[in-house]
Amino acid sequence: MTTLSVIIVDDEVPARTRLRDLLADVYAEVPNAVVAEAGNGLQAVDAIAAHAVDVVLVDIRMPQMDGIELARHLAQLEHPPAIIFVTAFDGYAVQAFELNAIDYLVKPVRAQRLAAALQKVKQSRPASPQVLAQLQQGARTHLSCHERGRLLLIPLPEILYLKADLKYVTARTASREYLLDESLTHLEEEFSERFIRLHRSALVAKEAIAGFEKSLDEDAETQWQALLRGIPEKLPVSRRQWPLVKSYAKQLSS
Amino acid sequence: MSSIRQNPAGQPLPDFRNFGVMLRILLGVNLLALAGALVQSTGVVDSLQRYVAMAAWVQPLLLFNLTLLALLGTILPRLPSLVAQAVVVLLAAASSALLIDFWRFMAVDEGGWQRVLRAALLGGLAAWAMLFYFALRVRAFSPALAEARLQALTARIRPHFLFNTLNAVLSLIRSEPRRAETALEELADLFRALMRDHRDLLPLADEIALCRQYLNLEKLRLGERLNIEWEIADVPDDLTVPPLMLQPLLENAVYYGIEPSSEAGTVRIRFSRRGHELHIDLANPCFNSNKAQGGNRMAIANIRERLALYYDLEARLETKDVMLDGGLREYHVHIILPCRSTKP
Repeated sequence: MTTLSVIIVDDEVPARTRLRDLLADVYAEVPNAVVAEAGNGLQAVDAIAAHAVDVVLVDIRMPQMDGIELARHLAQLEHPPAIIFVTAFDGYAVQAFELNAIDYLVKPVRAQRLAAALQKVKQSRPASPQVLAQLQQGARTHLSCHERGRLLLIPLPEILYLKADLKYVTARTASREYLLDESLTHLEEEFSERFIRLHRSALVAKEAIAGFEKSLDEDAETQWQALLRGIPEKLPVSRRQWPLVKSYAKQLSS
Repeated sequence: MSSIRQNPAGQPLPDFRNFGVMLRILLGVNLLALAGALVQSTGVVDSLQRYVAMAAWVQPLLLFNLTLLALLGTILPRLPSLVAQAVVVLLAAASSALLIDFWRFMAVDEGGWQRVLRAALLGGLAAWAMLFYFALRVRAFSPALAEARLQALTARIRPHFLFNTLNAVLSLIRSEPRRAETALEELADLFRALMRDHRDLLPLADEIALCRQYLNLEKLRLGERLNIEWEIADVPDDLTVPPLMLQPLLENAVYYGIEPSSEAGTVRIRFSRRGHELHIDLANPCFNSNKAQGGNRMAIANIRERLALYYDLEARLETKDVMLDGGLREYHVHIILPCRSTKP
């Protein structure tokens, strides 16, 4: 049997120590090696980029990026590692795990349960993104994109606008563009507090709006454009969306 | 052990020193007078006039009796309850009779034994009606008390805390067995306190000790991320507080203020005494939007209800979100309790 390389992700040091001890205990049954530890989802993404990882043991409730969001980002990788959730008490999540046959362990973890979960890892299929999306409470803190074998995380506050082009959605930050594999409609629903729709294929971060200006289009009709903070680009506002955007702008200035 | 609960079991007399009780008596007796005026009168305007005329009788009597009862507040609870009730009714009757005699002396009223007896009966009946109301109120609240207790019990310790703490203790057993022992002892103490009978007020020092034990356990798993600042000044030793008033608030402070951040955060607890009031201030960092704090609102409502059961209107609990410099937010809880010594 090959050695499984494992990453432990938990914000509490004692919890990580405990899992490390248990992994050593079950070594005879399931050969394994802990290649890294991480205190939250963000650190875990970095660690997974640096190591070849078979299994991620991940706590659900963590600061900065929780376990469910981490799993959603990892699911975009070409060869995603197997994920085993570890939770202290989360009735709602545990129920959903049972329903969707997602691997999970409850704290305090028992050695036998851990060994059984690791043995199953090879055959188990990863949880579907839809199921994980349902499990997530609240919005994600980052969007992710898969680029040249690497997983890039884009913190939401840095995103100025999201634009749909043909098949892909692009996220624009002050420095560059990222291609996302998501639908604009879903993004609009999930982040309705942060973004506002300008036209059929563009969402702009409310904070990124610097102002609006009028221009004339080809048919010599007036067309409003949104000016953005930090970048010279302007985004057109559709006639249909203008009343909504205008009322939002008024609300801001008052 | 004595308690300053307004409705202790087997003692149906209300605590006449409590402002809430005084207010209820003032309103209740005036309502009775208004009802009486309505019965006697021929119309609505007439009834108001009669009520105003009656006020010359009712208000001096009320104020006199309330003052007297407040002064007797320490003696009355020590009498057998039937005797105490009789004393209250007789006081009201006697003062009514005295007042009519005083008005006769001032030549406002013609006097006569019939009128004296009528006044005494009315005064006594009003007092009896109020006592009856308070007894009913006690009965109406006692299931609520039991329920509130149960509710508090379930809401108090999050299973999340229990399992995470057990997990942390398990991780210590191999490397630091002594620390693991201490932690388990503290956990045992904490649960003993949780499972105690929660009806009597407890010394503030006990509640503080319990909170320290709880925070030690949280520190075990959160380590450097949890900082605690205590500030205890001029708090009388014999002061008593409702049991488990602070611990649930601290649990919320850790759950909503420390755990969601990977940075270190500070929970501040301050006790101070201002005149006859004890002020307790709790502050913790705040990250979530309000909607994510459902559990917190429940705990706050729970404690507010228990404070009302113990102190009626004399205790207050306020919460607020405070914006700090640099965009950080803090959540503050402010509790004001009457600082009454337990020894009569």
